[in-house]
Amino acid sequence: MRRFLMAVLLGTLAVAIGCGGGSGSTSSTTQTIATPTQNVQPLIVDGGSTAFQQASGSIYVNGPFVTLTVCAPGSTTNCNTIDHVLLDTGSYGLRLLSFTSGGELTTAVQSALPATSVSGNPSGECVQFVDMTFLWGPVATADVKVAGEVASSVPVHVVGEGSAFSTVPASCGLAGSTDDDDSLVGLGANGILGVGPFPQDCGPACVTTEPTGVGAIYYSCPSTGCVPSTIPLAQQVQNPVSLFAADNNGVIVEFPAASGPEPTLSGSLVFGIGTQSNNGLGSATVLGINSSGNFTTNFNGSTMPDSFLDSGSNSLDFDDNSIPGCQVNTFFDCPATPTNLSAMNLGANGATSTVSFSVINADNAFNSFPTAGVVPGLAGPSDGSFTSFDFGLPFFYGKNVFTSIAGKTAPGGTPPYWAY
Amino acid sequence: MKSRNWQFFIALLFTAAVVLAPRPAMAALGGDVSSVQADQQHMKAALQITTAPAYTVHELHQDTGTVVKEFISPAGKVFAVSWSGPFMPDLHQVLGGYFEQFSQAVQTRARRPGHAPLNINQNGLVVQTGGHMRAYFGRAYLTDALPATVRAEDIH
Repeated sequence: MRRFLMAVLLGTLAVAIGCGGGSGSTSSTTQTIATPTQNVQPLIVDGGSTAFQQASGSIYVNGPFVTLTVCAPGSTTNCNTIDHVLLDTGSYGLRLLSFTSGGELTTAVQSALPATSVSGNPSGECVQFVDMTFLWGPVATADVKVAGEVASSVPVHVVGEGSAFSTVPASCGLAGSTDDDDSLVGLGANGILGVGPFPQDCGPACVTTEPTGVGAIYYSCPSTGCVPSTIPLAQQVQNPVSLFAADNNGVIVEFPAASGPEPTLSGSLVFGIGTQSNNGLGSATVLGINSSGNFTTNFNGSTMPDSFLDSGSNSLDFDDNSIPGCQVNTFFDCPATPTNLSAMNLGANGATSTVSFSVINADNAFNSFPTAGVVPGLAGPSDGSFTSFDFGLPFFYGKNVFTSIAGKTAPGGTPPYWAY
Repeated sequence: MKSRNWQFFIALLFTAAVVLAPRPAMAALGGDVSSVQADQQHMKAALQITTAPAYTVHELHQDTGTVVKEFISPAGKVFAVSWSGPFMPDLHQVLGGYFEQFSQAVQTRARRPGHAPLNINQNGLVVQTGGHMRAYFGRAYLTDALPATVRAEDIH
């Protein structure tokens, strides 16, 4: 049944695509969405898992989710298949919520994952998000399997558990913080699969230095307590795609366009760029990324040098004083009528691309479609500095978006780059 | 970015005419220019000073790669700070006496689903953070302490 529906969808898409999803260099392009196979895994935007919706009483709008399997290294039986892992081009590495924290990584599997140690002490990680929420837990290695691809002994972040890790270090998050996201309701998902354009989640900075307190990412956790520490590159939490045996130079996120709020939307996660017949660049424009992982967006007279494509964000986040904020859902924009805007993206490689996008009234959308998991055109403000445009999931609707990984070889340019 | 040019660092020490006597850690935001030296020691950072018409910027290059800038008014007061780099800075140190207000504002704000940039604007304190893993940035300033010709856009 699923294949039949997919065929019908593809047929409809070939006719429907041609306007609305983007303009400039990608107009009038037929979007082909790959069917599930060895290097293709389904993606779903569906409002979050049933467990999340019931526990939180809310819908996770515009969250793209993937199902993957994690095993003790070398095992084919000591495994968990975990659904509703957030697919995130804006972060790096796999993070899984432990069962005791409300996730699906069972104690049986988790206890079989070798703990990462540096200088004889187990490693812990505090991942800070810019809104001051954080994830805390041990680093361990696991085999990660998605579709037919396997990454062996990948360093992963186990969120929420481990006897040595039940106490969050004082320097992780704000003191006495309520922003501990080590829960299903806090995280909104059973994990995060970070497939952004770098292999490790910290990189060279964590190899040679570490902040002495707040801001530290990796910790060494002897029995006396966790303290900030350095950690070699190979032991840092890593984008599992970069460790696949093949199809390991990046991913393509493929979602069809959504004409309005819908309950669900199906798409595909394709592994590899230019490695198989289903993952060529085609006519996509390649935007080079700088060493920070960003490109520049020129929007409405502002130059925003810290811009990026972020499937893990559920809205387009950008500063614009002319768009009113919402009365009810105050994080989002509420223009009186849907507003069509455009921006120009400038890559570190000199390439430019004009993108068009719509901003809808979030209060009206949530009021009229309270169970919609998919809300195209959802937008909100950024941090207020007018220096960053975060292209969240609404940007991905109706486009095939390529993310290539630094250090790999890919067609169309030297990674890291995004292309669409 | 990392500054490992030791000769440049030594030269700066002399030209900045800084007295490196140990001081207790003091507020950065809202503090006076003498607290910048305390921050420099606390952060183990190389210091660069740039002068603009309406203010001076003291740029602290931490050995972690994170750069913290402190914006100082003609009267010697730190009216704004900004940061950028692979690690978030120690906000206790950077926000100094304003950390408590910031922490309260963060913990009492309405939470939105998914992760998003932070924009706190409350009782004269603005704190804005953005970016992502491997590249965090942000700034904080006191709306009542901006020198006359300085706009928020200048702080980054």
